[in-house]
Amino acid sequence: MPHRTFIYFILPSLLSMILLIAVPVFSVIVQSFFVEHEQVLIEVENCNPFKCVKSLSVDQQAGAKLRQEAPLGRFNGINTYTNRNHLAFDEVALAWMESKSLVDFGAKLLNLPFYKALLFTLTYTFIVSPFVLIFGLAIALGVNGLPKFVKGPSIFVSLLPMIVTPLIGSLILFWMIDAKGILGSTLQLIFDDNNLSLKASMPLTWVMLIVYGIWHSTPFAFIVLYAGLQTVPQETLEAASIDGATRWERIRHVTVPHMVPLIIFITLMQLMDNFRVFEPIVGFSASAKATSLSWIIFNDLHGDSKLFGSAAASSIMTIIGVMILLMPVLIRSWKNFNIKLH
Amino acid sequence: MWLVIAVFPFIWTVWGSFKVEGDFFSKADWRYAIYGVRTIAETGEVFTGNGYYGAWIQEGFWSNSLNTVIVVFFTVIISLTLGTLGGYALARSGYRYAFWLLMLALVFRAMPHITLVSGYLLPFFQWNLWGHLPTTIIVLVAINQPFTLWMLHSFFLNIPKELDESALIDGCTWFQAFKHIIIPVMWPGVITAGLFSFLLAYNDFTVTSMLLSRENQTMVPKIASFLGTVREQGNIMFAVSAVVSAMIPLFFLVLFFQRQLVSGLTAGAVKG
Repeated sequence: MPHRTFIYFILPSLLSMILLIAVPVFSVIVQSFFVEHEQVLIEVENCNPFKCVKSLSVDQQAGAKLRQEAPLGRFNGINTYTNRNHLAFDEVALAWMESKSLVDFGAKLLNLPFYKALLFTLTYTFIVSPFVLIFGLAIALGVNGLPKFVKGPSIFVSLLPMIVTPLIGSLILFWMIDAKGILGSTLQLIFDDNNLSLKASMPLTWVMLIVYGIWHSTPFAFIVLYAGLQTVPQETLEAASIDGATRWERIRHVTVPHMVPLIIFITLMQLMDNFRVFEPIVGFSASAKATSLSWIIFNDLHGDSKLFGSAAASSIMTIIGVMILLMPVLIRSWKNFNIKLH
Repeated sequence: MWLVIAVFPFIWTVWGSFKVEGDFFSKADWRYAIYGVRTIAETGEVFTGNGYYGAWIQEGFWSNSLNTVIVVFFTVIISLTLGTLGGYALARSGYRYAFWLLMLALVFRAMPHITLVSGYLLPFFQWNLWGHLPTTIIVLVAINQPFTLWMLHSFFLNIPKELDESALIDGCTWFQAFKHIIIPVMWPGVITAGLFSFLLAYNDFTVTSMLLSRENQTMVPKIASFLGTVREQGNIMFAVSAVVSAMIPLFFLVLFFQRQLVSGLTAGAVKG
């Protein structure tokens, strides 16, 4: 296709991506170096019949004027990045010097909002993704062995947790594990503890969110792997069983190697999607116990005082995190591309 | 076992949404929720539509669902139009930059939506674009583009090149070839891509909750805001009914388009 025609075809799509994905990223970079204006204080004299008192008050008009002239706020350099709510260099250094052990240091880090969110995001990403793969494979193998007339309905049922709106899905589970909901009260019965609440403790909240994540994402792995199973060469499987391979050995040495590209694809998608975990935290009302990087950005922007600078700094660090996650894939396709050229 | 885990929460919640709070959140005995003991005591019937009445009429959930319909419809239409043109170009151009554009789209696809939203908010406030449905539609279209491009690109690769090349030899321009040769055969792929744009627009919480004013909210952010207000007033069943209502279209979507959804999920994978 000639360059000119290509441009015509791609332009609308490219333009929308540049305007609304690339430009905002730059806007975020700029915003992250600025911080909100301080309130303009003026001295006012309040006089009553007895005496006059001077007091400081907030000059709303001047503040509004200032905001209008420079909507970005005032320049702050990299201070937003290093303050207590983000990388918190001072606090980390202090904690490092004061802590007697690594555990102690870790506990102190968890009190800092950014590290707390980072830790949860990474834990979530790196626990949910492998579990999704394993369960997805197990279910795919299971469904593959079912008689034909139940396959369709079982795929239908399996798709539901993935298709449903994440917020809605997490709400449904949240109501069930509520202390008065069916799962919550059953758990109380099993452990014979009337005060048991999954919402009250931090480890249990994390477990709950991770279980939700697995429930939500397993269908995706299942569907892709199930489709992959249909393409496994039957001859090889038969040959293996003639040679005396057990079912497990056949899976291990024939099926899984055949599906490596699919497994890489699922891992990539899972890493990208789990890294931005956000809705379940809102749905489970878990923000006191578990926060994610996306959640702290949301929190900065939500409500009346919008902390653009702070949100932007967190965004930049999240984007850097995504880049690091994606790096292996980008390098791999770059290599493939070069091989194709030569 | 998995099938039960997958489907039980949905059945339970749909069933429970026709009960009163005392049954759905029953501390005394979980069987209350099945037989609806309190529901009978409070309303005289086994099933009650109170939750739905409260959510749809009292809380004005109908206007939110109307907004959802508008947003989803236009997002799907616009992103498919842009996506088919772009995807076709990417599939037929043999040059190096097409590859780079696809890689760029992959990077864009990985951007957490909330980081983009934090880039939009300030300019949108400045230019008075914040809070309107069209703004949200455009934003959703853009966020959707990388995925749509990838999917349609791999779909167009499967349409034999000879089809449009023969049209070119016969003297058609590229646009004519696209219009007369490609459009008639592209519908299966477009429907699949459309389903996924639908899901993205319908399921989105991040963008719609941050970019829409209270009057213009769509269903999902409305449900989130239900949670805050409704819990205080003890009307949690409103939220349960709203959740079930929002779930039903998705349920039918899977029912009717299961094959396309599965083929769409696997299309990206097989290409690697």
